[in-house]
Amino acid sequence: MQAPAQTSGSGLRLAIVLGLVALAAIVPILLPSWATLITLVAAKGVVVLGVIILLQAGQVSFGHAMYFAVGAYAVAFWGRHMGPGDLILYLLLGSAAATLFGAVIGLFVVRYREIFFGMLNLAFSMVLWSLLEKLYHYTNGADGIRVVRPTIAGIAFQPETFQYALLYVTLVIAVVASYVAQRYLDSPLGHMLRAIKSNETRLEYLGVSARRVLLIGYVLSAFLCGLGGALVAVAQQIATPEFGYWTKSGEFVFIAILGGSSSALGAFAGSAVFEIVRFYAAAKLANTWQLILGVVLIAIIMFAPNGLVGILNRNRRNAEARR
Amino acid sequence: MDSTIFILALLDGVSYAALVFLVSVGLSLIFSVLRIVNVAHGSLYAYGAYVAATLSLAVAPISPWLTFPALLVASVAVGVVVGGVMERFLLRPVYGREDVLQLLITFAVFMIMDNLQRLIWGVQPIFASTPLKLLPNVSVLGVSYTSYQVILLPAVALLTVLGLRYFLRHTLAGAVILAVTEDREAATAIGVDARRVFLVTFMIGASLAALGGALASPTTSLVPGMGADMIVLSFAVAATAGLGQIEGAAVTALMIGIARAFVIYLQPEFEVLVPYLIMVLVLLIRPMGLFGVDKVRKI
Amino acid sequence: MKGALRPALGAAALALALTAAPAFAQDKPAQIKIGITTFLSGPASVFGVPGKAAAEMIAEDINKKGGIGGVPVALTFVDEGAGGEALVSNYRRMVQDEKVDATFAAISSGSCTQLVPIAEDLKVMNFMWDCGAASILEARKHRYNFRTQANATPEMLAVLVYLLKTKPDFKTIAVVNQDYAWGRESWEIFSTALKAMKPDVKVVAELFPKFGAPDFSTEISRLMALKPDVVLTTSWGGDLDTLVRQAGQRGLLQQTTFVLGIGESSMQRLGADLPEGLIVGARGDHWFLHPERKNDAAFKAFNDAFKAKTGAWPIYPVYHMYQAFSALQASYDKAIKANGGKWPTREQVIDAAGGTEFQTWGRPVTLRADDNQGLEAQIVGVTKSAPGYDFKVLDNMMVFDAKPITTPGGQKSIEWLKTLTPDFAKMNVPTFKHGQ
Repeated sequence: MQAPAQTSGSGLRLAIVLGLVALAAIVPILLPSWATLITLVAAKGVVVLGVIILLQAGQVSFGHAMYFAVGAYAVAFWGRHMGPGDLILYLLLGSAAATLFGAVIGLFVVRYREIFFGMLNLAFSMVLWSLLEKLYHYTNGADGIRVVRPTIAGIAFQPETFQYALLYVTLVIAVVASYVAQRYLDSPLGHMLRAIKSNETRLEYLGVSARRVLLIGYVLSAFLCGLGGALVAVAQQIATPEFGYWTKSGEFVFIAILGGSSSALGAFAGSAVFEIVRFYAAAKLANTWQLILGVVLIAIIMFAPNGLVGILNRNRRNAEARR
Repeated sequence: MDSTIFILALLDGVSYAALVFLVSVGLSLIFSVLRIVNVAHGSLYAYGAYVAATLSLAVAPISPWLTFPALLVASVAVGVVVGGVMERFLLRPVYGREDVLQLLITFAVFMIMDNLQRLIWGVQPIFASTPLKLLPNVSVLGVSYTSYQVILLPAVALLTVLGLRYFLRHTLAGAVILAVTEDREAATAIGVDARRVFLVTFMIGASLAALGGALASPTTSLVPGMGADMIVLSFAVAATAGLGQIEGAAVTALMIGIARAFVIYLQPEFEVLVPYLIMVLVLLIRPMGLFGVDKVRKI
Repeated sequence: MKGALRPALGAAALALALTAAPAFAQDKPAQIKIGITTFLSGPASVFGVPGKAAAEMIAEDINKKGGIGGVPVALTFVDEGAGGEALVSNYRRMVQDEKVDATFAAISSGSCTQLVPIAEDLKVMNFMWDCGAASILEARKHRYNFRTQANATPEMLAVLVYLLKTKPDFKTIAVVNQDYAWGRESWEIFSTALKAMKPDVKVVAELFPKFGAPDFSTEISRLMALKPDVVLTTSWGGDLDTLVRQAGQRGLLQQTTFVLGIGESSMQRLGADLPEGLIVGARGDHWFLHPERKNDAAFKAFNDAFKAKTGAWPIYPVYHMYQAFSALQASYDKAIKANGGKWPTREQVIDAAGGTEFQTWGRPVTLRADDNQGLEAQIVGVTKSAPGYDFKVLDNMMVFDAKPITTPGGQKSIEWLKTLTPDFAKMNVPTFKHGQ
């Protein structure tokens, strides 16, 4: 995996990021329906950031959709029992619930590595999914719970403006979350997290508890998933058990690898490609979106090992080499 | 407890377990040799079912008894062709890369196969129940069962356990597979062609998944998305047993199948929860599974 | 920031346009654009794919006859099976970018729950063309959403009354429904009404196997041991096919009276595997041999054309799709007339839609003005072999009028059902034999 934040490329990277954020903010003004689409892309990107943190430690969770679902359902339950709330409350609620869940489940799963880590996460997520499906009288079963449109910082928006307000809040959250995640990965804790992948024994020799390092990363990833889940629930105005099904977990790992699991930008690049392909294919390409995405993923794995962001970096390096 | 319920639940559990076992043992076998969790395993199950149904609908007019060999032919064909293509052209190029990439290749295959299935066989449910109807019903405590489900399916599962056991322990090809499983480098050093072993193992595992689907096809409607649930269920069985454990998978499938049947009799709301709850509890206590050997940490 | 201002401006302009528009005569558009959500993937495509085929066929026919008010219709489809995110984004794209004039959404009650509030937000006319959850329109008053067919309450009530009329002495009942809103809600309606109308019946098992379950062997064993007088299922698609075949193979269908709440959609597929004597509902008065319509040449032509196009006789989603088009046509015609022959604004069409009566391939349907709920008649019958068909047909069909079995406007279904009495089942309903 590449070294984080090469100083030479960081100026360019910043420019790219700013450009993309600006694009994401402006395009929906011309194409209103893209507001929700880009909100979903950014919100899912936040979730994928969480998955990427674990990938840095070499651990693949095939169950992280459970935190996504916890975030979404925390919001939905609040709306159902306490009445409509505020977006800020929702986001705090969703991320706090997921963090708590992550801390409890994390205590168990960080003892394991690789396939065992993945299996245990999957098992927990499937338990949660079955409960959401089956406790019909509390969760409304497979149909999920509607999420009523919240106020934002006390302001009640009209439907037309709400989608823009939500988009801009989500974009800000995405930028902040990326910054925090990148800072974390660049910090000593982040380096120790990576060491779990490269050489866990050495980490232990240094007197560092690998479990504790992984637990911190795990809880942070759960937090990000919950935050993203709360945003998606608000954007879609619903939370369903499907949010926690194993295919959703697979989707998040898929997006991480598609975009490139070495940087925060990859999460959003992957998420954008995934959602846009699905969006258009569901309408225009005779419902072959799974086929198309599957082929794209295989091509990326075979020919562009560092994902979409890797392609970008490679082109830049080539350009620099020619200079 | 009411003894009638006990016996009925046992019978229901056994026939359910037989199908789940066939699929999960294939998954387990592939993992133990290739160290890959094949997410597309459920799709192989679905293709086994669809091809078997197509084939038995085609041969039934000639003689209904031909549908039984048709089930077998379909599963081997799917295992060899689809499994072979997957291993040779998609997985082989990524051996030695990160594990997550191999997993994701199979995830991509799952998505592609799911979509192709819809394009090939359409969305209307398909049903080919000739084999089910050929065999007589049996009556147990006044409740009628099909002998296909309570006799034939468990018999096939039992034969598979014994057959795999014999193959791995008493034939040269089996010994080679076991050698690669134990120590890939050493096996390669003494002249074993690991690539061939991988290919053959993957085909066998894929055929077992397809066999599960083929045998299920007379009893169930074939619909889009039928593979997605099977993969997690068979994964739960394989993981609970311990990946790579053949007899273990059989015992675990029985355990989960019977537990599920009892739950349907006593507390039907929790039917879906049972396998995953068992999986969590077992993995928390024994991450290597009920029958697995302790290899959790490599350090 | 410019970005924050634009939508506000847009909203202001829209408001201006809305208030100003009726003063001007609208130009006749080049086409009426209709956005349709339907299942093209997933298990519910057993309804969605025939629904789409029907929509294409009907649109072609409308355009051949000169369109609606002289304007041809153009269709866009969105797959409900691609998941919630894609559905919501695509729905917004259709309305906001493609500027469709009306939407027909959706098949699943889950999709309707998601899309109905969006249609209200975006101020676009939406016809719930197939989803059955009664609660959606009962929760609050909608301006832009209409249901062009019945909901689960009359659909279940008709089946229950049929059962009480034809088998008045049953003592025990069990239910096997799919575990999602339709399965749960239909049972809640059925059991509430049953308790009110025949309190002595005992419910011996309530089974809700997972949606899409491949195997019901254990459920069947349990039912065979329990021996209930009646087994109700409102399952559909592959689930129902599997249940019926597995139950038939093991003799359960012969042992007890089976009631297939919406079995009409599976009869052709089940073929000879469906025995005689099962009670079958149709989610409306939908039957390709509708006793009151079967000699109508136009009805026959429609059925034959659909059979020629798809290889199967129409099932209820096909008729539901027709109803959505028919309601659209009626609303536009009414709005054009009210506007003195000039092309109406969207809001004028909405105004016209409430209270409209339109033709269907059964009895006419009215969009009740109180709550925009369609009042649709119901057919329930019993399966029977008939010469000329390689599947079972309906016999002893009762055609229920919509009004008496539909929740009165402004009331909640469950509360209303609790007020029913045993006398309710004594209502007069005409019965028709097959071929009569």
